Amino acid sequence: MVFGVILAGGIGSRMGNVEKPKQFLMIGEKPILIHTIEKFYMHDAFEKLIVLCPRQWMEHTKNLVKKYFKEKADHVKVLEGGTSRNETIMNSIDYIEKEYGLDDDTIIVTHDSVRPFLTYRIIEENIKYAREYGACDTVIPATDTIVDSQDGKVISSVPDRAKMYQGQTPQSFGARKLKELYHSLTEEEKKILTDAAKIFVIKGEKVHLVEGEVFNIKITYPYDMRVAESLIQEQKEKK
Amino acid sequence: MLNSVYRLVAPRRFEVSFQDIDLTKDQVVVRPTHLSICHADQRYYQGVRPAEVLAQKLPMALIHEGIGDVIYDPSGTFQAGDTVIMIPNTPVEEDEVIAENYLRSSKFRASGFDGFMQEHVALPYDRAVRLPEGIDKVIASFTELVSVSVHALLRFDRIAHKRRDAVGIWGDGNLGYITAILFKAMFPETKLYIFGVSLEKLSSFTFADATYPVMDIPKGLLVDHGIECVGGDASQKAINQIIDHIQPEGTMAILGVSEYPVPINTRMILEKGLRMFGSSRSGRADFEKTVALYQSNPEIISYLSNIVGAQIQVRNIKDMVHAFETDIQKSMGKTIMIWDK
Repeated sequence: MVFGVILAGGIGSRMGNVEKPKQFLMIGEKPILIHTIEKFYMHDAFEKLIVLCPRQWMEHTKNLVKKYFKEKADHVKVLEGGTSRNETIMNSIDYIEKEYGLDDDTIIVTHDSVRPFLTYRIIEENIKYAREYGACDTVIPATDTIVDSQDGKVISSVPDRAKMYQGQTPQSFGARKLKELYHSLTEEEKKILTDAAKIFVIKGEKVHLVEGEVFNIKITYPYDMRVAESLIQEQKEKK
Repeated sequence: MLNSVYRLVAPRRFEVSFQDIDLTKDQVVVRPTHLSICHADQRYYQGVRPAEVLAQKLPMALIHEGIGDVIYDPSGTFQAGDTVIMIPNTPVEEDEVIAENYLRSSKFRASGFDGFMQEHVALPYDRAVRLPEGIDKVIASFTELVSVSVHALLRFDRIAHKRRDAVGIWGDGNLGYITAILFKAMFPETKLYIFGVSLEKLSSFTFADATYPVMDIPKGLLVDHGIECVGGDASQKAINQIIDHIQPEGTMAILGVSEYPVPINTRMILEKGLRMFGSSRSGRADFEKTVALYQSNPEIISYLSNIVGAQIQVRNIKDMVHAFETDIQKSMGKTIMIWDK
């Protein structure tokens, strides 16, 4: 079984003075979160879509899902997120385990709720590679040179850009394996995790690359909202 | 749902933009899988349409020949996974007399609005025709072009008088080849002659009863009716040659598109009492008839496979440009984009 896990746990601290977390802001005519859920909703591989958000936004999220998905809202389960990204993912796995059981074929496709521009192909290839390899991560080749600085003052090294990629989402995993690996980490190891793919990497497991898209942007700063708005263009009327 | 649309914004330049597909609307959502490039797309891509036309139509997604897989249909008309042929003509009214493809109000993909170069295409239910299993998807991708020939031949059958001992098709390109294949399937008793410029191209019309280079047509050779599949600058020569080699009261079907007005020998049209009719595009009934012909005459698919040129995997804008540039280089055949967006 395949589950869509949409991470909407952010509280928008990087967005400046906004009233709502960024996933609830509108682009075009819908909240960003709804655009993102719709992309998953269109894919018939998913048994269920799980949306995880901060407790104080759960009712709002449920209302949005009801409003936009109407009688099909049952396909989307809203859960409370955890204290970190990976704790949030663990909450989704606990839910799946309780409701459906976990086996080696249980796949989760985890995705940032604030990346509404992902494509059907990216989702499809995530499912495919997670099934084949156990874990995969969506990336694009780095365009900026990445600079490594150990002290934040001077450059320690400049890695070869041709071997550098920028991580996007989705990241997809065999759920049982992810859970096992996560719980085998020490607290120190957990502290340095920025995402779930790293859990596999730390433990020496292979994570396959999925080709992302440059436009699969993460809406993080007010500037990104402007970019997102400008990407949505209805066609001009032709004679 | 946010849908990525790959629009031509200027000659030779595609850009992505996004459009929201309303999932509550009565429409079927199709994911294109095979898209076929047409001359009309090339005219936009290369920027050879008049400047005012380009200014008015661009940015616009190209391609009006294609098939795809249904991924979402709230009405249940189609199942997810069904392969369908997408119909580019999109009528907005019904008319008892005038066919949907001639209604001036109808819109056409990659001409009046976005074509099929999209991640998903949202279509009214009647703009998708199920493709039966077992039909080669690469060939099925240019069914629209085939249906235009079928449409013209169905009209020809209604309009032309019944003496059909010999019919000539002028044009040895894709359109001429396809029309000839369909003509043989629909009118097997009629002798079919092909008139073209290239001996090499004419040699592929093995199913025709005879082929003639246009610079060397035997004197006194006459056909009951003529079908023009030339278009462009050579339209004038082709149409006037048909007028010369057609029997009195014959019918001329014009299928080739010309950017400019064409001077023709009207005196001889009058003297011979000729009929001339034009055909353009096709409607749902023509697509259905084409699919039925694929099934009843499997040799059609086999002949059509001869004009499949390059098949190009498309995953990004660079691949799109590569497909269009490859298509320019070819002398004949269809370029198919295996669409993986």
